[in-house]
Amino acid sequence: MSGLKKGSIAVVGAAESDLGLVAPHTSPVDLMAQATMRALDDCGLKLKDVDALFVAATQVRMGPMSLAEYLRIKPKVFDGTQIGGSSFMTHVAHAQMAIQLGLCEVAVIAYGSTQRSVSRAAASPREFNPYESPYRPILPISAYAMAAARHMHQYGTTREQLAEVAVAARKWALLNPKAWEKEPLTIDQVLNARMVSYPFTVRDCCLVVDGGGAIVLTSAARARTLKKKPVYVLGVGETLSHANISSLPDFTVTGASVSGPQAFKMAGIQPKDVTMLSLYDAFTINPILFLEDLGFCPKGEGGRFVADGAIAPGGKLAVNTSGGGLSYCHPGMYGLLVMIEAIRQVRGECGERQVKNCDVSLAHGNGGVLSSQCTVIFGSENTL
Amino acid sequence: MTDLTKQSPLGVYVEHLNKGELAYQFSKDDNKAFFYPRAIAPESGSENIEWRVSKGLGTVYTTTAVYYKGEQPLNVAMIDMDEGYRLMSRVEGIDALQVKIGMRVRFKVHPGDDKTLPYPVFTPAGDAK
Repeated sequence: MSGLKKGSIAVVGAAESDLGLVAPHTSPVDLMAQATMRALDDCGLKLKDVDALFVAATQVRMGPMSLAEYLRIKPKVFDGTQIGGSSFMTHVAHAQMAIQLGLCEVAVIAYGSTQRSVSRAAASPREFNPYESPYRPILPISAYAMAAARHMHQYGTTREQLAEVAVAARKWALLNPKAWEKEPLTIDQVLNARMVSYPFTVRDCCLVVDGGGAIVLTSAARARTLKKKPVYVLGVGETLSHANISSLPDFTVTGASVSGPQAFKMAGIQPKDVTMLSLYDAFTINPILFLEDLGFCPKGEGGRFVADGAIAPGGKLAVNTSGGGLSYCHPGMYGLLVMIEAIRQVRGECGERQVKNCDVSLAHGNGGVLSSQCTVIFGSENTL
Repeated sequence: MTDLTKQSPLGVYVEHLNKGELAYQFSKDDNKAFFYPRAIAPESGSENIEWRVSKGLGTVYTTTAVYYKGEQPLNVAMIDMDEGYRLMSRVEGIDALQVKIGMRVRFKVHPGDDKTLPYPVFTPAGDAK
């Protein structure tokens, strides 16, 4: 992202809305607005300070208009880029462009969903595709299942290694009071759960809950005047390659292999400099693919990399410390919450699950069916 | 050249299926087959596109078995056709979990129904070359 400068903006506020199961008739915009005010309270800014609004959601077709109307604000800059769960990482990059150019000063990125209350089918109806729909894949699950099947075939990845990802996520979730899942989980329980789309059982798949979130970003200079330690945006990268899984050329390689290097180049660091990773784990294969494509292990080694509790608490690399989309929270497009955990780790706010000396975290978002891939690297003051 | 006021890429594709043929497009400027059918060739943007009929043989690139309540597992697979393009489909005639990556498969037409246009499906083709 040539032109964007490492550390020119920072996250100053971050918050979830209420999560889990919300009251009947709660709207996605109720959740966005609630999260926005919590994120503003987090940094001491007021609604009147907000001059840029970034919103994407599946239940609200024109997000920036709906949230601006609800809050009765008139943002100077707005963006409703909708590329699935990674939309919000892209919004960070776009907010950085706008703030660096002086088009706005305080940007809010917000999301909300009531998919548990209204059902996934109602919250996120799929477009008919004459070349795919007749075969009745359960999308997006079957698309990721076919990526996992190919990875298993090509690299010897096993269902047990996939299950390791779910078990690690659950162990982290048990350290997070906000996590949806409260009971331990074993490899055998993952393998023997209800099969959904081979090789995935229901425990290889993310949760379906209600919820939302918001983050507040501003210039580095203004960030230093606010309540909490700024979390600087060190690097961003974004790419998209297809909309339907049939058009992905190699099912074992994702766009993280493009967005990751972009973000690392901008940040001027390497994977070994990252203390904690927040990887969009819609399915157990995702962190495996992203660890490879982001450069944390060689291509094909992701399954063996996550084995033996390597990404669980006490393992060799802290991944998805919130419990992830698999065990903490997954309200549809989960990318904003992927970033919130990475931000909190740099702030040192994570209590029992806090990773020691976490100066650099990486949040990676995934959208559609491995379609859009966006990476954001966050850092503390020490990393500038 | 596709005149979209006269015919659509999907329309031509379905006409072929109604004749028992699996059609695909070939970009003469790119010297490359592509799928799904389009009015414009991807990458070059060329309109110099030729419709071709596939020999109907392909290889399973990846596969899954989908579990719907109260139904037998349903196969969904990606098929790499010998002519150099890929499509989503289903391998029929064997258990969904017995469909394996690398398996050779042969095209046949599924006639569709009053709600669904005809579409291609596949059956195992042994060691067909």
